[in-house]
Amino acid sequence: MAKRIREALPLLPFFALVTIFLIVPTVTVIFSAFFVDGAFSLSRIAALFSETALSALWKSVLLSASTAIIGALLGAVLAWLIVSSPPSSILRRAVISLCSVLAQFGGVALAFAFLATIGLNGVLTIWVQQHFGWNLAGSGWLYSLSGLILVYTYFQIPLMVIVFVPALEGLREQWREAAVSLGASTFQYWRQVAVPLLTPAFLGSVLLLFANAFAAYATAAALVSQGSPIVPLLIRAALTSEVVLGQSGFAYALALEMIVIVAIVMVAYNLLVRRTARWLQ
Amino acid sequence: MRKTTLGGKAFRAVLFVAFGLFFLFPLYAMADFSTRNLIAGGRTLQAWKNLVADEALYAAIVISLLLAVFTVVLMLLILVPTMIWVRLRAPWARGLVEFLCLLPLTIPALVIVVGLRNVYLWVTYFLGESALTLTFVYVVLVLPFAYRAIDAALSAIDLKTLSEAARSLGAGWATTIGRVVVPNIWSGILSAAFISIAVVLGEYTIASLSGYETLQVQIVLIGKSDGPTSVAASLATLVFGFVLLLILALVTRGKRRDTAGADPAVAAPTTATQPGVPT
Amino acid sequence: MKRTRLFGIAALTTSALLCAGLTACAPPEKRSEGEQTQSGRSAAEATSADDFGGMDGLVDAAKKEGELNVIALPPDWANYGALIKAFSDKYGIKVNSAQPDAASQDEINAAKQQKGKSTAPDVFDLGQSVALANTAMFAPYKVATFNDIPAAYTDPDGKWVNDYGGYMSIGFDSTKVPPVADINDLLKPEYNGKVALNGDPTQAGAAFSGVLMVALSQGGSVEDIAPGVEFFRKLKEAGNFLPVDPTPATIESGQTPVVIDWNYLNAARTAKLPSWQVFVPSNAIVAGYYYQAINSDAPHPAAARLWQEFLYSDEGQNLYAAGGVRPVRADGMLRAGTIDKAVIDHIPVIDGPVSVPTPDQTEKATTYLTDNWAKAIG
Repeated sequence: MAKRIREALPLLPFFALVTIFLIVPTVTVIFSAFFVDGAFSLSRIAALFSETALSALWKSVLLSASTAIIGALLGAVLAWLIVSSPPSSILRRAVISLCSVLAQFGGVALAFAFLATIGLNGVLTIWVQQHFGWNLAGSGWLYSLSGLILVYTYFQIPLMVIVFVPALEGLREQWREAAVSLGASTFQYWRQVAVPLLTPAFLGSVLLLFANAFAAYATAAALVSQGSPIVPLLIRAALTSEVVLGQSGFAYALALEMIVIVAIVMVAYNLLVRRTARWLQ
Repeated sequence: MRKTTLGGKAFRAVLFVAFGLFFLFPLYAMADFSTRNLIAGGRTLQAWKNLVADEALYAAIVISLLLAVFTVVLMLLILVPTMIWVRLRAPWARGLVEFLCLLPLTIPALVIVVGLRNVYLWVTYFLGESALTLTFVYVVLVLPFAYRAIDAALSAIDLKTLSEAARSLGAGWATTIGRVVVPNIWSGILSAAFISIAVVLGEYTIASLSGYETLQVQIVLIGKSDGPTSVAASLATLVFGFVLLLILALVTRGKRRDTAGADPAVAAPTTATQPGVPT
Repeated sequence: MKRTRLFGIAALTTSALLCAGLTACAPPEKRSEGEQTQSGRSAAEATSADDFGGMDGLVDAAKKEGELNVIALPPDWANYGALIKAFSDKYGIKVNSAQPDAASQDEINAAKQQKGKSTAPDVFDLGQSVALANTAMFAPYKVATFNDIPAAYTDPDGKWVNDYGGYMSIGFDSTKVPPVADINDLLKPEYNGKVALNGDPTQAGAAFSGVLMVALSQGGSVEDIAPGVEFFRKLKEAGNFLPVDPTPATIESGQTPVVIDWNYLNAARTAKLPSWQVFVPSNAIVAGYYYQAINSDAPHPAAARLWQEFLYSDEGQNLYAAGGVRPVRADGMLRAGTIDKAVIDHIPVIDGPVSVPTPDQTEKATTYLTDNWAKAIG
């Protein structure tokens, strides 16, 4: 026992840092969602079922699900394009490096990139206006949910590529050869060998993209300056304005809602990753 | 390899071009927009000059760069010895350390900042009001990426033999870690450092909701009144991150023969395979 | 292996709970006492210039502090640029102007987040709803000219005092959109994606009054802001509403061709952009005053109080008037003839019934907005 403690001592700085700056805030959120001024109360949780909160939740789910599916589909296509290129081609390495940068390219910079492109004074907007007379920026759709869907897709696709390329690479060429030698057509190979193998990886990636979009804040915050259509922006409003719902501490309930959803999705993702690893690692 | 038909090749080329346009056009648009004079038309470099000329923006750039450096230093100081110790002396803690390092991926930064207020009341009480106190939270945020990078590097060397050899020759722990182990996991450390810098420079959520004026917060504030300058600053951050990645790839290419094959250009992306990319 | 896992989790949980308990209690307050004044009270508790031994004592104490933090004061808003410069030149006090584009709520947030720091705002200039919701944060102080100000525009203890007022208007760029003659014009297709409101009505005073003005034009009243919210919902559906905060930059670049904002702000924009015109609907005139207050945790309490004295002096009120607003002491100054002849024309004169919501009406409207605004504009 003493030996254990001696072994654990040098790990103390690490544990202290993580505890104070990660565990404690999380515990505070969970705790404060249920305890108002020290007394147990479900009032903050009840506020989660108000119309504003439910509407924001629905829009968040819509945003995350749609960008997850679109990102997954398009990302899978791009991943297939990459994998079917010669392994040492420059194009392949360049695209993978670019994807790794773009997957990190979330946040504020992305919002401004799209403002510069299809915002009211955007490069593409003006070009299209001059050549075709259409008004791309139109009703300011960029600053609401539809705009967010487009912008989120921009970092969902590279993320999908990074996650899915290893799975595609795990599809060994020998299996294809074995299937062909047994008389399978290309379609049959895909339908009965490749797709069932790739499905857990694909579904897992969809879940990953969902959690990624659901928890994202900076891009939406930079793009949407008025209104709070999604849950993260509602948290911003709750943190910066006490007037929301006349309730203090609404942010805690919203944050709890966020942890719960993301945690469930991530658990499901990890289960699927383990299934994928069985064959494709 | 299957033979690729001409039609097949054309199809793939079209797809590549389509994706290329979608991803690269906004970057071009940023460059274009940031050099545009919105009122009078024509081109101007005023937005880029503002990066140095605008006091508030310049101060924010300096603060963010300092934050990045502090975060990397603190992260390395805490994480590298911890991971080495876990491998050598406390393997029972390995699961726990890995779990804690990957936990920030599941807990969104937004949730952390909501619960962070009380903690930071204490931090500012002891350490003052500077934005540099964000270092501690940022180290937590970069843990998943840094852990993966350093873990991969540590797995590639024979840590046990190296450290035992060093210790048997009379080296203390500090020398062992600093002069024996670290030079061997240099690519992993660099990878962790560069990813951390990219994360810190791009972090907005915690800084803005805690009321500190870092680079990204300042960019958003300026964006309300001066579009081109904020776009210029965003593009500069992006280019900086890209250049770092390039340097990393170049520097570690020479070291690749030492490590057991983990291609850093792929190792870097795989550390970004999880959510919690602080967006 | 299992036992160590359990041990680890148990240790973690107990330490987390301990820490959670610890951090649940806030650290001891670091109160900055500020200068001790002649009356023995600290500067932070002074309620009038007498506590400093007269104006000279106040000026000395403020000069000793040397700095003043203001927030959310754009230079072309009610001539604040000139006011800040005049104050700074007269007393040699450095004025730090933070976040000029912030809304009223942002001022309160900055004060809360930076409590105890030397960068916290010293004074506030707030819209009605935000001001009245946060009076606990204000320090009572009566300026030298307090008795010149009609009682309706002051808090009895001096916690807040109205500083200037104006009327809600619609500004538009006549080169980009057809002239606006009626609020209902805004629903027309020519204004697609062009109509902006100055902020979020639950956070910014200008936006709140803007929605109220629209409500009045749609048959609502100061008691009933619902028709205003309904109009914006229709505006959003038609695709005409642009959820972007208008700033001088967005107006000049043509991003926001139609802006619902205070008349003095729109007037200032005409000075920069000659094609910018201002329209005040005669059937829906909403007047609004802004509220000046001192942060009770101000890092520079004496300078904050000197700033108030300056704003409500003849010099300060005249500088306000030059910005196209109606300074709160306008009536008294007009009678006494102390108003600057050159700016008399700038002071807005209004014909038609004017609505100024009372604090209760404001609260009711704010509650309604909180529940319904997000739904209306999605």
